[in-house]
Amino acid sequence: MNQEEQVQVLGLWGSPFSKRVEMVLKLKGIPYEYIEEDVYVQKSPRLLKLNPIHKKVPVLVHQGKSIAESLVIVEYIEDTWTTSYPMLPHDPYERSMARFWAKYADDKVMSTLWKACWGPESEREKMVEEAYDGLKYLEEELGDKQFFGGETIGLVDIAADFIAYWFGIAQEASGVMIMTAERFPKLQRWSQNFVRNNIIKEVLPPKEKLMALFKAQFGNNASNEA
Amino acid sequence: MTENEGKVKLLGCWASPFSRRVEMALKRKGIPYEYLEEALPNKSPLLLELNPIHKKVPVLVHNDKILPESHLILEYIDQTWSNNPILPQDPYEKAMARFWAKFIDEQILTVGFRSLVKAEKGREVAIEEAREKFAFLEKEVTGKDFFGGKTIGFVDMVAGSIIPFCLARLWEGMRIDVIPEDEFPELNRWIKNLKDIESVRECIPHREKQIEHMMKVSERYKLA
Repeated sequence: MNQEEQVQVLGLWGSPFSKRVEMVLKLKGIPYEYIEEDVYVQKSPRLLKLNPIHKKVPVLVHQGKSIAESLVIVEYIEDTWTTSYPMLPHDPYERSMARFWAKYADDKVMSTLWKACWGPESEREKMVEEAYDGLKYLEEELGDKQFFGGETIGLVDIAADFIAYWFGIAQEASGVMIMTAERFPKLQRWSQNFVRNNIIKEVLPPKEKLMALFKAQFGNNASNEA
Repeated sequence: MTENEGKVKLLGCWASPFSRRVEMALKRKGIPYEYLEEALPNKSPLLLELNPIHKKVPVLVHNDKILPESHLILEYIDQTWSNNPILPQDPYEKAMARFWAKFIDEQILTVGFRSLVKAEKGREVAIEEAREKFAFLEKEVTGKDFFGGKTIGFVDMVAGSIIPFCLARLWEGMRIDVIPEDEFPELNRWIKNLKDIESVRECIPHREKQIEHMMKVSERYKLA
């Protein structure tokens, strides 16, 4: 099969999930066609056909087949383009642990961070607590490595993209300060390494645009802070 | 070969579908293991030591490697012991297996258990919502003996530990039929096929015991 056959990505400019797929494609040097889906306005017939179950982006289309769910897509890319820029370790146990941390960052940490900023008032204190705990585990796991993947960006770094970039902007927009340099010096250093990477920075959505989006969608909670 | 030998221990719970699916995989591949039962909801010091982050079963210990999370354990087992493969080789088929496994644990379990038990909009609505999700699975298994094709695979173990035993027994306790045979002939055929597989049959919890357990769990969940 000719792997150079056109890859398409259906995505959303501001979505960390969507960007994960683009980051990995770019890191591996895989050319692709990007199609913007403005899911908040209207879900296109194409999206509904390619992802009928979840009706969400990102969706990857390759060799006539479509795949949904950002981390499933990333693993598919890893399994298909095996020679450039490995995202996962070789050893089965190390691979499993990388997947564990990727899921942890994606599932647990991301959702608590989000809810800590913009969740219902009644839950916010609990979410902030949980967010601290989650970040502490990640800080420990990162240790003195440049990236979670070691010397190069790996699956966990990609899964934690929200924490590296979007969350800082969310903190500014909401006024909730959780991930500070004092509390999490290693994560802070890591997020700077991540967003400054030559390939990653090409993919990240512009800060001003995200800030405006967050403020418009969620308002500013600074006045609600005790 | 030597790497694959060595002790395998599984920390699990008899009623947990997540734990049972790991046992299916170990049995399917003929891997001997020591089973340690966790008397949930109490969490033993061993569990807290092995899985401090999530504090959940199953946890697999292989030599000195500790691994939580059933999907991760299944993939690890598959990569470490290559007989009777669980996941497909083809990258697309593998991606689809992972997609369905995620869908089943996140969506099917949510509507099949949580939404149904809470029934915020009423039981009939909850059942309808559940059926909409099951319809996707019905389509996926149509024309196949198993989700994995001719033999059981990753998705069969994930779905097979939840639907025919865990959820079916909850539904039995609630006296409802969420996937009746006339509406879901393929899924019902798949369930029959599953019960013919020894490594699956050996992992089915005792029926009455599980019905009782599921009713208790649903009461606890309703009050939470």
